[in-house]
Amino acid sequence: MNALNLAHAGAAGEAGSREYLVFSLGGEEYAIDILKVQEIRGYENVTRIANAPPFIKGVANLRGVIVPIIDLRIKFRLASADYDSQTVVIVVNIGTRVMGAVVDRVSDVMTLTPAQIKPAPEFGVNLPLDYINGLGNLKDRMLVLVDIEKVLTSEEMALVDEVSE
Amino acid sequence: MDISEFHDSFFEEAEELLREMEACLLALDVTAPDTELLNAIFRAAHSIKGGAGAFGFQALQQTTHLLENLLDHARRGELTLRRDIVDLFLDTKDMLNDQMAAYRQGNEPDPEALQRICETLLQLALEEVRDGGQAPAAPAAEMVVVAAPAVSQDALHITFLGVGEADRTLLVGELGQLGDVLASDGDDVRYSVTLATSVAPADIEAVLCFIVEPGQLAIEPVAVSRAEQMLSQDSLAPLENPAPLESPASLKSPAAVQPPVPRSEQPPAQSAAQPAAPAAASPGTPNSESSSIRVPVTKVDQIINLVGELIITQSMLNQVSGQLDGFAHGALVNGLNQLQRNARALQESVMSVRMVPMDYVFSRFPRLVRDLAGKLDKDVVLVTEGKSTELDKSLTERIVDPLTHLVRNSLDHGIESPAVREAAGKPRQGTLSLTARHQGGNILIEVADDGGGLNREKILARARDNGLSVSDAMSDADVWQLIFAPGFSTAEQVSDVSGRGVGMDVVKRNIQGMGGHVEILSQPGQGTTTRIVLPLTLAILDGMSVRVGEETFILPVSVVTESMQPRAEQLYRMAGDDQLLKVREDYLPVVALRDVMDVPGARVRATECIAVIVHGEGRRYALLVDDLIGQQQVVVKNLETNYRKVPGISAATILGDGRVALILDIAELYRLNQSKGERRAPTAPLPPSSREPVEELESS
Repeated sequence: MNALNLAHAGAAGEAGSREYLVFSLGGEEYAIDILKVQEIRGYENVTRIANAPPFIKGVANLRGVIVPIIDLRIKFRLASADYDSQTVVIVVNIGTRVMGAVVDRVSDVMTLTPAQIKPAPEFGVNLPLDYINGLGNLKDRMLVLVDIEKVLTSEEMALVDEVSE
Repeated sequence: MDISEFHDSFFEEAEELLREMEACLLALDVTAPDTELLNAIFRAAHSIKGGAGAFGFQALQQTTHLLENLLDHARRGELTLRRDIVDLFLDTKDMLNDQMAAYRQGNEPDPEALQRICETLLQLALEEVRDGGQAPAAPAAEMVVVAAPAVSQDALHITFLGVGEADRTLLVGELGQLGDVLASDGDDVRYSVTLATSVAPADIEAVLCFIVEPGQLAIEPVAVSRAEQMLSQDSLAPLENPAPLESPASLKSPAAVQPPVPRSEQPPAQSAAQPAAPAAASPGTPNSESSSIRVPVTKVDQIINLVGELIITQSMLNQVSGQLDGFAHGALVNGLNQLQRNARALQESVMSVRMVPMDYVFSRFPRLVRDLAGKLDKDVVLVTEGKSTELDKSLTERIVDPLTHLVRNSLDHGIESPAVREAAGKPRQGTLSLTARHQGGNILIEVADDGGGLNREKILARARDNGLSVSDAMSDADVWQLIFAPGFSTAEQVSDVSGRGVGMDVVKRNIQGMGGHVEILSQPGQGTTTRIVLPLTLAILDGMSVRVGEETFILPVSVVTESMQPRAEQLYRMAGDDQLLKVREDYLPVVALRDVMDVPGARVRATECIAVIVHGEGRRYALLVDDLIGQQQVVVKNLETNYRKVPGISAATILGDGRVALILDIAELYRLNQSKGERRAPTAPLPPSSREPVEELESS
């Protein structure tokens, strides 16, 4: 299995600084809290689920655990969602659940200090402000810090059953 | 070390003891009581009392104490057992259960109930015990004993035989909770501890029994001043002769009742009240504890999951090795074959860990039948067969409620009162039998009575009243199925036993929820048999893999009756889009899997497809798929762990190539197809012929 396990290095360095996993969707750069990330693996062998929304690609076998796979590119309504050898799945832990998010490419792991994180302007249409923790400012790069937990557990995702029953 | 760590193990053991006690009480013949049974009951009460005392569960200790006393009189023939006395003992056992439940949740048991049962037991002791001089004294002594430990302070010499160092540390720590450890010395073979304590030796023994076997332990009271002397004596005497525990002379002596026993070799008062108990316990009880361990179910499930993974990995390897040249890689191929055999064997043994005998379920019923029969004034004997038949633990837990309901029904509606039975020329005593046996990959559980049988006319009349569509031409089997309809009851009056009409549909639903089904066989005047068919386990499923387009789905083999390639002349159209398939004399609705699951690239023409005839929830239909791939055992994986319930899908599994395949839910698939086709004119499905599936099943 071509999975790369990330060592969960704790939040070292400056006080309040945290590590983020940076990935790209289309030409945009996004980042999520690395403590939520379990591993990164290739996009392969996903079993389609009938009658599910298009961004739910299906379920995959992650060493015996059945994990739903969500394509963030479709979710965030990016122009293209191609699957090639670079396409990867970021496996995240959300509460007790494990889910996979399809992205175009994972670039690196960055440490951001609180000073480097700016509030996001009220602007997003496809990506409501609720889902964004802020914007990471890195010289000439801008990282959208996504609250992956909120994105994946939101009602419209219909990933999680209603509390009733 | 905190003694509360042992609470759970005490509760579990005590629960087992109570179950055993109940079983023995029920087996007891009041006219000629079996001494062995009485001894067993006595031992159970005694062990619980000891543990309860050590853990400070006062109410539990007090109740068992009184019960134990009475039992002691009974086994010595000083108390003549009667049915009502046994009933009282059974009530006491229930009370003990309640008390334990309360303690388990950290509450104090109901003091009123405690007082009531204690008074009743004391009353019985006063009235019934023959030996006038002794009987009143004994309970009095016991009551003192509860208070006594606070006053008396004795030293005990405790010897362990063949106890390893790790356990010794544990034991000494444990003893430290009960008193002051004055001295401890010895090796693995023999280890002595001198303990200054106010706890009774029997109670100490009961606590330590959670760590060591009774045979490994000897407790002897000593005077503190002589502790050193005792330690230096390297003699096996206290082990071979537990005599110091009993002192028959002190039994009737008023001095023994006085709480503060002088620091001497004379045993504390409480041990006199239950002489010979430890001695009787050790040789009599079969030593089953050492050959079994208690393991949380989650741990077992984890192992089962891992073994499932192993099987999947192994089949992946097999697929890869299948492409290798067998000659050049002979050793590798051989090794892989061996791995396959070993992995399968491992899977089987791991699965067997989850299996528990049906006795676990059946053992609850003697009490229920006895109580209910008494309440209903009926004379019923319960016969159980196939107690050793094994079933998945999770299923045994879920089968209890439906079975209880069926047993109640049989007792209430099935078996007639003795007078009616006699008039009908049957023996006064009715027979209710519970049987379990394996049949293929299923377990059959039957509840059979020799009562009046179901009344066809009454059921039909009732069904009409309830607005169900029925006709007099219906087969018996179809009529019997009517009683599973919600709100259906033929009982003339609602009793507190049954007849509220909420039962049978729940029974049916529960059993279907476990992947099984229910059948009823009934003969007027001869009785009714309810047969439950269940899969042996929920963790593994016999699956039929089918292909549609590029996708693979799994059908449970149990729902498949047959498969065929439909010919054009077998297919009929109805109301436009709906298709029907004529199979022998039946017209079955056709459901195309590609439509329900939106599979692209699947075959469209029905005559090119394979029709799999499936049945679920009393409905039969033909499921169109592209190909049948094969039959295999699959490990059932929950989709809801990380995702959610998917309509038409019951679970998922992992195929040999590591891909996920979805397991279809036949009944839900049909409903899904109906709702998907709602744009079409709503057409009623064919009336399900519920008789057919039964016949098919039996022939398959």
